[in-house]
Amino acid sequence: MRARVAYAGAIHSATPAASSEGEMAIQLADGRVVRESDVVWLPPFDCGTIIALGLNYADHARELAFNAQEEPLVFLKGRGSLLGHRGMTRRPTGVQFMHYECELAVIIGRPGKGIAREHAYDHVAGFCIANDYAIRDYLENWYRPNLRVKNRDGGTVLGPWFVDAEHVADPANLSLRTFVNGKLTQQGNTRDLIFDIPHLIEYLSSFMTLSPGDVVLTGTPEGVVNVVAGDEVVCEIDGLGRLVNTIVADDVFRR
Amino acid sequence: MLSELAPRFVIDVAPYTLSGSVYGTLLNQRSALDALGAAAGTPPYHAAPQAPVLYVKPRNTLVPSGAVVAFPAEVDELEIGACLGILIGRTACRVSAAAAVEHVAGYLAVNDISIPHPNYYRPSIRYKARDGFCPLGPVTRRVDVANPDALAVRTYVDDILVTEANTSDAVRNVGRLLQDVTEFMTLAPGDILGMGVAAPAPRVRRGQTVRIEIGGLGVLTTRLGADP
Repeated sequence: MRARVAYAGAIHSATPAASSEGEMAIQLADGRVVRESDVVWLPPFDCGTIIALGLNYADHARELAFNAQEEPLVFLKGRGSLLGHRGMTRRPTGVQFMHYECELAVIIGRPGKGIAREHAYDHVAGFCIANDYAIRDYLENWYRPNLRVKNRDGGTVLGPWFVDAEHVADPANLSLRTFVNGKLTQQGNTRDLIFDIPHLIEYLSSFMTLSPGDVVLTGTPEGVVNVVAGDEVVCEIDGLGRLVNTIVADDVFRR
Repeated sequence: MLSELAPRFVIDVAPYTLSGSVYGTLLNQRSALDALGAAAGTPPYHAAPQAPVLYVKPRNTLVPSGAVVAFPAEVDELEIGACLGILIGRTACRVSAAAAVEHVAGYLAVNDISIPHPNYYRPSIRYKARDGFCPLGPVTRRVDVANPDALAVRTYVDDILVTEANTSDAVRNVGRLLQDVTEFMTLAPGDILGMGVAAPAPRVRRGQTVRIEIGGLGVLTTRLGADP
């Protein structure tokens, strides 16, 4: 696994190092070992097209009172919404329902079009954790979920690590968990995806060419709750680490 | 494969390269909203759009003028979406309508191609994100465009003028759209924001050539090629 971090004036590739004094440390490619809180964590790879799935776990679809669909519900996000590990995401004053979405992110490594599902994993470079925020107050019934809900600055959190596909034994059996201020609020497993990873890659590549760096956020399970300024939101996936984000209020942005 | 698809634009104004993020705006032309009529207020929509409704034209869709775009085998017609594109030159976050233009590097013709689809409730990725479905014309510097909100938008199919619209028909003009979009998402240098497609959007068949002319901007020509 490797991260992209900014430290002491440059951007580095980094790997986990033995923790010191209770805090995780990382080692930069140039040899330096630094505390994880002393670096700025960036999204762990250069993102191309960001493809996101809605309602791809039956329990979450039920939670939002939707019937399962015949075709994947896919929407696209812009790179301006990207944020790394330990970042801050703004909650606008006055909104009623802002929630996280812990998701397995599948990163494309080999270009392809018309990929059959049995070859889908040949095109996968690796995985990371995604937290795909939404503010439901802004939902409109046009190209729903509309970008004002899903594509806000800081709304697509990726990281901390890019984990090579060869180090993830079974992507179809990974537990996901979200903790808000240390309390477990969301739990699921990728075996419950309505459209699994090979199906999604086959579907998407049936009409668009996928390229290295494109990323598929595979959807979130049941258990989304409202988060407010000051909350620490931690998304975990087996073997991929834990992705930390803090919700902040308008005043931080001088609004 | 990516290099074949990657846009090869020559932009001789800052920021010189595109970021690759291209956004379209749904129903930002009054003619398009009017074409929906009362349906906009009924299920599944319930109300006309309140805030700008955006969608992404991903990098696999971006091609320069002169490109031949593969015509999907399963359809007989494609919808042509002539639209004014705003190229961002300076980071735009919470800009006012009055100051928005200072963040614009230039303007260009965009052809937002779709497979015709009757419903706008769900994102139409399968209809709008095909390879080559977003031809982009040459960029004209902002200072060379006197008023982006009063440009004729003409679509020619095989050299015959088939539709004519005007950017003055926008629900939100350039300044207002940038204000309302950058209230919730920052636009970066090299991003492109489309001003929306007018109705009726012309349809083309396999093998036809489309030319989009917007005011005095560079002409955007695209041939809708044979089967992929």
